[in-house]
Amino acid sequence: MLLLCLIFILLGLILGYAAQHLKVQGDPIVEQINALLPQTQCGQCKYPGCKPYALAIAQGEADINQCPPGGEQTISALANLLGTETKPLNAEFGTVKAPAVAFIIEQDCIGCVKCIPPCPVDAILGASKQMHTVIASECTGCELCIAPCPVDCIIMIPIANKPSQWQWSTAHD
Amino acid sequence: MQFPTSSSPFSPSSNTVNRVMLQVLLALLPAIGIMFWLFGDALLIQLLLACSTALLAESYMLWLRKKPIKMHLLDLSALVSAVLLALAIPTITPWWISISGTLFAIIIAKHLYGGLGYNPFNPAMAGYVFLLISFPQQMTAWAVPFDVISSATVLDYTKTQLGLGFSVHEISTSPLFGYLAGKDWEYISLAYLLGGLWLLQRKIISWHIPAAVLLGLTIPALTAYLIDSTQFTSPLFHLLSGATFCCAFFIATDPVTAATSNKGRLIFGVLIGSLIYIIRTWGGYPDAIAFAVLLANLGAPSIDYYTRPKQVKLS
Amino acid sequence: MTKLAHFHGGLELAAHTLSAPIIDSSLPEELIYPLLQRANSYATPTVKIGDYVLKGQIIASANSPFTTPVHAASSGIVKSIEPRIIAHPSNLADDCIVIETDGLDEALASSPCFDYQQETPENLRTKIHQAGIVGLGGAAFPTATKLTTKQDIHTLIINGAECEPYISCDASLILQKATEIVQGALILQYILQAKHCIIAVEENMPQATQALKQAINAHSIQLTPVPAIYPTGGERQLIQVLSGTKLPTKSRPAEYGFICQNVGTTYAVYQAIIQGLALTERIITVTGKGIKQPQNIRTRIGTPIKHLITQSGGYSKDVQRLIMGGSMMGIALNSDEIAVTKASNCILAMTSDELENKPVEMPCIRCGDCATVCPEELLPQQLYWYGRSEQLEQCQDYQLFSCIECGCCDVACPSHIPLVQQFRAAKGAIIIKEKQVEQANLAKARFQNQQQRRAREEQEQLAKAEKRKATIEKMKAASLAKKKPL
Repeated sequence: MLLLCLIFILLGLILGYAAQHLKVQGDPIVEQINALLPQTQCGQCKYPGCKPYALAIAQGEADINQCPPGGEQTISALANLLGTETKPLNAEFGTVKAPAVAFIIEQDCIGCVKCIPPCPVDAILGASKQMHTVIASECTGCELCIAPCPVDCIIMIPIANKPSQWQWSTAHD
Repeated sequence: MQFPTSSSPFSPSSNTVNRVMLQVLLALLPAIGIMFWLFGDALLIQLLLACSTALLAESYMLWLRKKPIKMHLLDLSALVSAVLLALAIPTITPWWISISGTLFAIIIAKHLYGGLGYNPFNPAMAGYVFLLISFPQQMTAWAVPFDVISSATVLDYTKTQLGLGFSVHEISTSPLFGYLAGKDWEYISLAYLLGGLWLLQRKIISWHIPAAVLLGLTIPALTAYLIDSTQFTSPLFHLLSGATFCCAFFIATDPVTAATSNKGRLIFGVLIGSLIYIIRTWGGYPDAIAFAVLLANLGAPSIDYYTRPKQVKLS
Repeated sequence: MTKLAHFHGGLELAAHTLSAPIIDSSLPEELIYPLLQRANSYATPTVKIGDYVLKGQIIASANSPFTTPVHAASSGIVKSIEPRIIAHPSNLADDCIVIETDGLDEALASSPCFDYQQETPENLRTKIHQAGIVGLGGAAFPTATKLTTKQDIHTLIINGAECEPYISCDASLILQKATEIVQGALILQYILQAKHCIIAVEENMPQATQALKQAINAHSIQLTPVPAIYPTGGERQLIQVLSGTKLPTKSRPAEYGFICQNVGTTYAVYQAIIQGLALTERIITVTGKGIKQPQNIRTRIGTPIKHLITQSGGYSKDVQRLIMGGSMMGIALNSDEIAVTKASNCILAMTSDELENKPVEMPCIRCGDCATVCPEELLPQQLYWYGRSEQLEQCQDYQLFSCIECGCCDVACPSHIPLVQQFRAAKGAIIIKEKQVEQANLAKARFQNQQQRRAREEQEQLAKAEKRKATIEKMKAASLAKKKPL
């Protein structure tokens, strides 16, 4: 009986020590959630970027089905990570769109630099009174540049289905 | 001109599932023949009951699961499970034994786990264990060949007598014994062996599992026999008693529930063989085939994981 | 006779060989050249719409080690550079140079070289590159790049082991051009400075073996017939059979001192070096029950398939599939308007009785027949289960990318499961996922950079403002101090 009590006390001390000295700094779950998000930084989830959304999910304030660019794949991956049920994308936050990049119609561009600050990945090249252009390979398709443009010269062009990007699917003939 | 498209290859293959199953059924004919000679009509009635129940149960489950019935019934897998179960149970069991055993095997052990290809446990053995545990009295009264009485099997008798302190030599003088094992029961084992060798020759099964099962049983048996031949029965006794050959060639080789790679199959077989010996000698049941197989089925996924192909490295 | 090794698995397949002599293709009205080449790289057009080109003239240049120049196969005018459906499993359209032939077939002057040993291996490789030569066995890997290896090559293997059913272009080429192939082999051996040269043919090609024996004559080239088991003609399998060395997965044969070249490529090398001709034509087998008169045709690269079909008497009965390649690894095409490329070795029109006849897929019974026949010693069964349940990491754990997509497991499966398609889909899903992760990481990095830059700019602004404020304070204090003593 005494021996048992001593063993339990010893185990308790070990656990206490571990809780103090082996504590993990920060919350690794937020990083793990962020790693599953598409990093579009578009704000469709109603959070200013992917990291804030990841934080909100970790704190239980946001649901896992608020990310349209991530689509079903991201929702499943998040459900897997968090051990919850997967659910369909919440249409309140947007719908899944085909991948597209922004394109500035050069004839209409007035060089006002209003579209440059909203771009979260610095994909728009341009300066005051100079022609602006979108670096297509960097554009994530977040559409944040469209609204600020005073002359509506930015359009989204869907990424063409090219043989080099095609992959086999399991769909039968 | 336009054409439909699909993935390669475009060559036809001649092998089908029901061909494989049909050959297994054919390989069981010698054993069925011998058992009919020894036990008479009772065997055929058991087979009939089991097979018809299996087909009905399978049709019902396929209908419930909204799968194409004819195609799946014709793959003959339900029949193979039913026949193996019918051959495993004593021929004099009441009609409701074979029916309930088959229902358990097909509905619970097979379809509730997902149907053909998805079940982790051998359905025939699962059905047998269900019957053995639920109705031990009916399942341990075996018919005596050419006679109307019932008795225990040679394995059962040996186990009891060893427990009572008799030596192996004394036990083997009993009228239950034939040349090496149970009188007349030895022929059944040989019939299974014959069928199994035919399956090997037809390349329906590979040699890995049967060889490993028999080796896994023989080596411990031989070791124990050499150490003390009064307490432990000989390896030949083990090979020819009970359902050893049936297990090695027909039950353990069930592809759905066995291990995948050849290395894995060897480990799987040895596991079954050793478990058969251990349970027969020190366990609570006289014949251990069903338990050994089910336990090894549990281990099959782990065996698969640890024997998976690794990247080839050259020095 | 050298003792041959065996590779694991493989299948003995009905050969469906065509023993027909090579006929020349008639001139098509259009020649179509896709710009897309290996590793998703594109060649750059060097001609404009309306330009007149000669046969053998470069119409697109290469700008990466995985691309080769494209040559016009006949004279004519560049009609357009536009999207056309290309010979690709996707059956999607991509940019192509379309030449309208003028029927004159005028060629560019060739620059033959009679004594190749006067040239350095470097120069010869450049000539091979300029001639646009790629592997004609089906993979179309740029030959000059393959020959530019830093490794010491001890064995050159000339691959005449045509193992896929229906294809006989290599066999017919050997019968007609055995001497030239041997010449090509000697040129390649010179370039590589390889000690040994082996020409491998299948055991069921006795006439080809005989022709090569005579052509080899006194040269120190070894002629080795190999067993007719599919896929012996695969590079890795052939090397294993000839040398007993099983190459590690994802390794190049050159790392172990082997280089393998197809007989068609070897002949093209001969033509490029000795005759000074660019690669503009190749032998294509047009066969299958769906073709009235199966032929081996010397075809101009860029010829639309329907032109070859017409020359072979047209379609015979209900053609279910039009395949570029053999029946085990070929690509199903949805239109005969598609043009043949350097990689096209066979056009196969299959009718329903040659095909699998739409078998119903049964569940996997885990019989293991697939693993028994896999030449790469994989476990197709496990790859199938993990691929279906989208457990892609486990697929990679089971060496999914070592699969050469030969189709042996697919044909051996009693449940008729489309295994090769499943593996291709799994590979595709993994590639797409990796790309997405890469793009996400890039976007995250740029975003973080932007945040840091903005934070830094804000700091600098604040610091400037502070400084200005401090300066103003100082000036104020200074002027006050000046005023006081007054």
